[in-house]
Amino acid sequence: MQTTTTPSLLYLDAVSVVFDGFRALNNLSLAIDQHEMRAIIGPNGAGKTTMMDVITGKTRPTSGQASFEGGKYDLTKLDEASIAQLGIGRKFQTPTVFEMHTVEDNLRLALKADRRAVPTLFWRESRAERERVDSLLERIRLKDHRARKAAELSHGQKQWLEIGMLLAQEPKLLLVDEPAAGMTDQETADTADLLREIARTRAVVVVEHDMVFVRDLGVKVTCLHEGSVLAEGPLDQVSANERVIEVYLGR
Amino acid sequence: MISARLLGRTGTIFLAIVLAVAVLVPMSNLLLPVGSPLHVPDYMMPLLGKYLCYALLALSVDLVWGYAGILSLGHGAFFALGGYAMGMYLMRQIGTRGVYANPVLPDFMVFLNWKELPWYWWGFDHFPFAALMVLAAPGLLAFVFGWFAFRSRVTGVYLSIITQAMTFALLLAFFRNDMGFGGNNGLTDFKDILGFPVQAQGTRAALFALSALALAGGFLLCRFIVTSKLGKVLVAIRDAESRTRFIGYRVENYKLFVWTVSAMLAGLAGALYVPQVGIINPSEFAPANSIETVIWVAVGGRGTLAGAALGGVVVNAGKTWFTGMLPELWLFALGALFVLVTLFLPKGILGTFTEWWTGRRRPAVAEIEDEDGVARAIDSRGAPVPAE
Repeated sequence: MQTTTTPSLLYLDAVSVVFDGFRALNNLSLAIDQHEMRAIIGPNGAGKTTMMDVITGKTRPTSGQASFEGGKYDLTKLDEASIAQLGIGRKFQTPTVFEMHTVEDNLRLALKADRRAVPTLFWRESRAERERVDSLLERIRLKDHRARKAAELSHGQKQWLEIGMLLAQEPKLLLVDEPAAGMTDQETADTADLLREIARTRAVVVVEHDMVFVRDLGVKVTCLHEGSVLAEGPLDQVSANERVIEVYLGR
Repeated sequence: MISARLLGRTGTIFLAIVLAVAVLVPMSNLLLPVGSPLHVPDYMMPLLGKYLCYALLALSVDLVWGYAGILSLGHGAFFALGGYAMGMYLMRQIGTRGVYANPVLPDFMVFLNWKELPWYWWGFDHFPFAALMVLAAPGLLAFVFGWFAFRSRVTGVYLSIITQAMTFALLLAFFRNDMGFGGNNGLTDFKDILGFPVQAQGTRAALFALSALALAGGFLLCRFIVTSKLGKVLVAIRDAESRTRFIGYRVENYKLFVWTVSAMLAGLAGALYVPQVGIINPSEFAPANSIETVIWVAVGGRGTLAGAALGGVVVNAGKTWFTGMLPELWLFALGALFVLVTLFLPKGILGTFTEWWTGRRRPAVAEIEDEDGVARAIDSRGAPVPAE
């Protein structure tokens, strides 16, 4: 039994997702604390993306519970937009930014604000918002590219822009799917730094295949297999686990 | 005060032309002697007015297709509904001058042996009510249709197909005599509008000027929408719908808003069209009409607003000319035009022209116009060039 008094930020309890008889998630339970960074590893088809889909409201679980902020919100009853407004941000595996918008407009659209249509129609940028966009541009190192269309950015820059957009939403929890995919070694190291910095003020869940990157992060690791948790703990402990070696790491 | 940001450079030119046309064409028709080379002949007035209505219809399609990525193949339905609302007002104005001289019932109802006016015709003898219905009828249909379609997340080609089904269903419904909209023949034989005879030169000139003003007003409204943050959200939805959702925008509400506004603009276009052509019948609901409108937008330049309006005028002027010369070949020409534009001018007339013009003016440091219509200097890498 859990002995801590602080309730976890995200709590998945015995979540199962069944697609046409295929169990994408099988009794998965997971708890993420406030300001925790967690790395999720596991072979293809282990259910990492489905888990993210459940948390962000894209997929409804067949059974089980998903709650946020110590049980205050039931994520299985909310749609993507409401969940995003609660403070859960998601970064996709392939960078998804608004290609036809400028870099700064991408951030502007993501900035935490009233999301209803009519206030958005009459929205005027405030000084505080402008300063926030400036500081985000600085942080993701795209200050010199602010007026360029996002489509013109390099792959690594797009990844960073998307992370910047997540930060602009001021989420309490960030879900990041393979942030290091397709990045150079230097970019990978920089991304690890950026995520660690972000995790100081909010919880971050990183799905990653790159073990070097996971080691770089230096956080608690959860290994998924066939839709449930196979092992959990520090990386050294998890990577020494017989079953993990068998199904994922290889000998 | 209309700012440069709202209009953009192209928009300013477009608005100036439309407003000049609104004033100069009616003046030339009414004031210049018939022999003058600058005189616009009487027969041309309703024809030109019709082009302007089509331009407004094209504008409304571009608002949803060019910016929100909703390819409507059913905007003709909203256009026709606006037209019917205006037609019903015009029918009620005929009064005892009809063939059967019934002061209340339009001729076709007397012919069908109807004894009293159906409830949905009530109030159409009052212009303000009819004017309200011109916007409300298509607006309401669009709202209900959009509410179901967008909430169920119907997108892409599936949505396009159900918009076709919608306009086709209305076509069949309006063909029926017992619907009470004149069946096959529709509504025609109009006499006056607001007390002015519809056929009179002065009325025609005024209707032309109003059509141009409606186009200008519709353009300003669309520009206001697309340059706002909501407009940027629409483009975001068009390019990455699920990303927009995960940022926290309720995509269906944004689509519903712009879809309904667009339908009302189409309805207004239809209402101005009917008194100028003198008839509204179910053929306006024909699915092919809606598809043709999409071609006008593609030819003029999708996502440029002004280009869409230009496409509406140019293609229809071409149609008038072509059907006069080789009527049986028109549909082939239209099809060929669509294929050629898609292949060789994917940005349409206006998009291609703007690209050529900006490229020609400054080869090394190009000035580009972003969606705000704010010109920015950039170098060849696309990075901003500091102002001297």
